[in-house]
Amino acid sequence: MSKAKLATVWLDGCSGCHMSLLDMDERLLELSAQFDLVYSPLVDFKTFPPDVDVALVEGSVSSNEDEEKIRMIRRRSKTLVSLGDCAVTGNVPSMRNAFGVDAVMDRVYRENAAAQQQTPTQSLPQLLPRVRPVHEIVPVDVFVPGCPPSADTIYNVLRELLAGRVPDVASLTRFGA
Amino acid sequence: MSAAAEVKTLKIDGTDVSARADQTILDAARENKISIPTLCHLDGLSDVGACRLCLVEVKGMRRLLPSCVTRVEEGMEVTTQSDRLQKYRRMTLELLFAERNHICSICVSNGACELQSLAQSQGLTHVEFPYRYPRLPVDASHERFVMDHNRCIMCTRCVRVCSEIEGAHTWDVMGRGIDSRVISDLGQPWGSSDSCTSCGKCVQVCPTGALFEKSKVGSKTGKNPDFLPYLNMMRDGNQ
Repeated sequence: MSKAKLATVWLDGCSGCHMSLLDMDERLLELSAQFDLVYSPLVDFKTFPPDVDVALVEGSVSSNEDEEKIRMIRRRSKTLVSLGDCAVTGNVPSMRNAFGVDAVMDRVYRENAAAQQQTPTQSLPQLLPRVRPVHEIVPVDVFVPGCPPSADTIYNVLRELLAGRVPDVASLTRFGA
Repeated sequence: MSAAAEVKTLKIDGTDVSARADQTILDAARENKISIPTLCHLDGLSDVGACRLCLVEVKGMRRLLPSCVTRVEEGMEVTTQSDRLQKYRRMTLELLFAERNHICSICVSNGACELQSLAQSQGLTHVEFPYRYPRLPVDASHERFVMDHNRCIMCTRCVRVCSEIEGAHTWDVMGRGIDSRVISDLGQPWGSSDSCTSCGKCVQVCPTGALFEKSKVGSKTGKNPDFLPYLNMMRDGNQ
């Protein structure tokens, strides 16, 4: 049997979930016997392949770019995993939702800017009116809460998924873990 | 003791149990080490049946009953665990999470929260309902304590402990439905309350990070509501 294709994605999050992934240490070697990492912020592939087996998604959906990406990733992935509280609940990025995009842009680019107080209009993705958890945009197969989920949690989830089983996530982690 | 001594016999999850006529299904279950999840219930306070987590099935009844406010009856057959109950308990928790801004990762009570640990024990890994993200105030006007409405689940434990145990009745509820808020005195900043004795009982009974002590976060915020039954016992002179 050929190796499973694993992808990891970084939307609106702090990269802490990817840090936790790397925290698996030598267990990464053990698991890597079973998968090829075909796309990730940790490696240099530029395009998301069309036939990914497991996609780990960190971060919430906060911009039009995030939204396009997650729809494409869903189409190209068999199993989509919401990894961490930002992907699962919106978490810290969603704290702007109570204020609205204009207030956030003003605070960042005008009130707190020492020089050149202006809101960017080009080259940057447009923020969505609301930050949303991944499953509000596309169907999600496995939810792994935690901020970040521990290396043990990610190891167990990956091991189960690569073995073709459904992990019992609630026994491993919780919101805010 | 005449009415209280009357004994009823019933079945909970297939086990025969007996209870005094004035006991609730929840009392009888817990005395027999049958666990039913609760959130608004606290030993030592009156029960209001607000959170609906303790719903149980009773044979012959179509609707589910809150076990904390349902008295035992002779011959009752109660079920505390089923797919149907699990579904509604999870749904209740999901609605609580969706209603306000419970962002566990940055909450002072992260790791010491009853809502968070119930979500885990009930197998809740995500919330299907769309989050509301209401804009809610944080009242830090009190010298020692903070009320964060973002984390409040309207269990009213604080209202009850302040009224029933401390006798101050600083806290109450304003508004209806989703607009309900816990308020101090006449809806004024907590720090300006004339009735608050700063006893801190409300903080100790709060199941989430809605009420907390300034300068205490994370594992240090573990609440200690165990004093309530003792206080009641001493007051009743039943020592």
